[in-house]
Amino acid sequence: MRDETKYALKKTAFYFVIFTAVAWILIPIIVAFLYGFTTKTDYYNPDIIIPHSYTTKYVHTILFTLGAWEGIKNSVIVATLTIIISFILGIPAGYSIAKFIFPGRDMIKLSIVALRMFPIPVMAIPLIVLYIRLHLADTLLGVALAHTAMTLPFVVLITSNIFGSVSKEYEEAAMVFGLTRLGSFIKITLPLALPGLAAAAMFTFVMSWNEVFVASVLTLNHRTLPAQILSIMAGSSGGAAPDYYKFAAAFIMTLPAMLFIFFARKYLVTMWGITLK
Amino acid sequence: MEKKTLLPYLLILPAFAYLMFFVGYPLVQALYLAFTKNGAFSLETLRRTVSDYYFWSALKYTLALAAVIVPIQLGLAIVLALLVNKAFKGKDMVIYALVIPLTISDVAAGLIWYSMLSPYGFLNKVLMNIGLISQPIYFFGYQYRSREFLAIVLAEVWRATSIVFVIILAGLQMISREYLEAAEVFGASYWTKLRRIVLPMLKPSIQSALIIRTLFAMQIFGIVWILAGRDIPVLAGEGFYQLTEIKDYGVASVYALIIAGLSILLGALYIKFLKAEYLEVSR
Amino acid sequence: MVEVKLDRITKRFGNFEAVKELTLDIKDGEFLVLLGPSGCGKTTTLRMIAGLETPTEGRIYFGDRDVTYLPPKDRNISMVFQSYAVWPHMKVYDNIAFPLKVKKYPENEIKERVKWAAELLQIEELLDRYPAQLSGGQRQRVAVARAIVVEPDVLLMDEPLSNLDAKLRVAMRAEIKKLQTKLKVTTIYVTHDQVEAMTMGDRIAVMNQGRLLQVGPPTEVYLKPNSLFVATFIGAPEMNIVDATVVENDGLFLEGDGFKIPLPDDFREILESYIGKDVLLGVRPEHMTVKGVSTLEHVTRTAEIEGIVDFIEALGTDTIVHAKVGGNIIKIKLPGHIPLPVGEKIKIEIDLDNIHVFDRDTEKAII
Repeated sequence: MRDETKYALKKTAFYFVIFTAVAWILIPIIVAFLYGFTTKTDYYNPDIIIPHSYTTKYVHTILFTLGAWEGIKNSVIVATLTIIISFILGIPAGYSIAKFIFPGRDMIKLSIVALRMFPIPVMAIPLIVLYIRLHLADTLLGVALAHTAMTLPFVVLITSNIFGSVSKEYEEAAMVFGLTRLGSFIKITLPLALPGLAAAAMFTFVMSWNEVFVASVLTLNHRTLPAQILSIMAGSSGGAAPDYYKFAAAFIMTLPAMLFIFFARKYLVTMWGITLK
Repeated sequence: MEKKTLLPYLLILPAFAYLMFFVGYPLVQALYLAFTKNGAFSLETLRRTVSDYYFWSALKYTLALAAVIVPIQLGLAIVLALLVNKAFKGKDMVIYALVIPLTISDVAAGLIWYSMLSPYGFLNKVLMNIGLISQPIYFFGYQYRSREFLAIVLAEVWRATSIVFVIILAGLQMISREYLEAAEVFGASYWTKLRRIVLPMLKPSIQSALIIRTLFAMQIFGIVWILAGRDIPVLAGEGFYQLTEIKDYGVASVYALIIAGLSILLGALYIKFLKAEYLEVSR
Repeated sequence: MVEVKLDRITKRFGNFEAVKELTLDIKDGEFLVLLGPSGCGKTTTLRMIAGLETPTEGRIYFGDRDVTYLPPKDRNISMVFQSYAVWPHMKVYDNIAFPLKVKKYPENEIKERVKWAAELLQIEELLDRYPAQLSGGQRQRVAVARAIVVEPDVLLMDEPLSNLDAKLRVAMRAEIKKLQTKLKVTTIYVTHDQVEAMTMGDRIAVMNQGRLLQVGPPTEVYLKPNSLFVATFIGAPEMNIVDATVVENDGLFLEGDGFKIPLPDDFREILESYIGKDVLLGVRPEHMTVKGVSTLEHVTRTAEIEGIVDFIEALGTDTIVHAKVGGNIIKIKLPGHIPLPVGEKIKIEIDLDNIHVFDRDTEKAII
């Protein structure tokens, strides 16, 4: 009997801890979302923990009066550009690493990983000087180029893994039956790799969407969403916006990324696991 | 024939060149901005940076935050990964939930935790309503600097533990089940298994996780900016301030270079001291 | 060194019954082989004895102790895994020393025992290396050394030789058997290779689809199989099986396509209830011979049938003659090199004391 109760106790304790961990993650998000939609009176009423009345007023204001909507549009453009550029540059490189064996392959792989470790601020600050000269300052393209430098190592590594998992024999069969290497890549490898590539694109999107330092440094009037929010909300002393605006902002920033990753969640652990060795 | 052997290199060239440019150029430019004045080598910018009151605070706080946050994250991540590694009902949803913070930017995370810790935030309201406190606990504001530090720690642990968790979980899943069964058969209890088999075999993952987390901790910015502004100076924040407000490119570059330097130094230390010998030998 | 008793153990995974009411007694100091094809439940049975799985029903005893729900670490067992499970992050010395360290043996005794085990397995020079630096065969020896270093009550082996190349396998077979004889530890050995089972086991337990079919010393299982499965699983080349009918026609006969075998009178009693019924007749290739070119040794009673040579397998030491008898192909094993021409009519002599008759429905042996 004692063994069975011990077992039951262990199981309950286990689920309790898991529950706590999940709650610890989810509660702040739920709270912030709820508070972003509360009315002013509910928020400032110390007795009301979970608000009774809701309004979309503040979300609205942030989006249209305070420029968040512009920020969203800019972020989408930058993220899309980033995906396009990093995929154009990264897919050939990833394919090459996956399919060919050549001297220096490991060195190159290692250096790409090392480059990913490079701190972003170091890149951004001198970059603005260059951008001013090249008339790229305060442009979305400029930010996208910088973001690409950030995401490119990731894309190369991921695509090399994805292409590596497409069996060599499928491609060789295609080539035997008359396709060139390029043709076999387009007709055989790419379609098979599509799900993985789609997931990689989503992660690239999220990385660009969330990036704040470079975007803030490189833009003034054409800010991406995080940069825009930062300038509105910054600091306990500098934050002129009342609290509920902050939460509305959090909602706007978080929701798209969360949804995105929900669709790609199966790839999450495997993908991050792969990149880190 | 020759074209064939060049093909792999040609395919990699664009990406590689792009990265070299975006890393090499800023590095060179930063060095230039930091160490020249009027075209000649000068340490004056460096001196100006170092004599600023905020500099030493920024250095101190950046390192302090990292020293507190990274170990907590590592410990939590290992515990969570070990728990989650069994099969149980709802495992996939739990993993998704634990990984959500990966999708949240540091600015958003700062804002979210503000909603938790502000005077009218969740924590204060709950505590007041159950009668533990009569006045809200203030976490923000210059005079509450130590509490702001705590708030930042909380928010960062909440946000970035997921990255460590994912890395450790991936490493854990790579440990073949038979290694653990063999240990069980030969008499090992759960803790012995953990100490002698699991943790040593996790060493490479732990090393990767520590390197990544510490390097990013050196660059901590958005979350501090949102929760504490310049009350808690940090290196990236000061660099940002110098660039955008003071417009002193030289000083900003010095900050950037110091971040880079610290990152390289710490990375090298981790690699040296967390080496897994058994992975390096071969027949 | 204990006796292991399995009392009606059953293991279910969802709706799938991997092991069905298995009852088996393993004697103290015995080398018992669990033999069967993939998926027959032998590994599951071993894992239940180890404690890595818990039986759905039934009990397991080590001597007097009921260990059914005891975790592996409390059973005082050792195991050699199919993939060796030699921990890669520990040197060979530490791998072997692990069981001792866990049981808190004093340091100098650990050193002595590790040395003793390493010498026994001839790997003393490898003690300071990492597993990644060893070959598969060397790693296997480390796994075995680790298993014997502490004195387990039961030693379990899960197909330890299947990942080795053929030559090494043969050498290790002998070594493991010699080791076990020396140490006298109760050993349970799982394999699908019937040659391994025949050469190593004190007794063989044949399993199929979760059930224990027959247990006995190798010669008994070989010469007196109790079912069609056991008869055909053990022995290479496989036992010949043909359809036959028991006929009473002025004497007892086994009649089939292309043959009519007269049976001596003492067979009548056993086959009484089968007269007129269809059965399966089994004869091992080496219990037959081709009259005129070779002889059967030590036989008392024989019968003769006719056949035509269809194919010759020349193995060097033996010859396997494939002969057509009616619509059946019968394999006959002859010692030496006997290249009979294809198409030649031959007379096949059968050792009547080594024929097997099986009930067609139950597949159990009648003779």
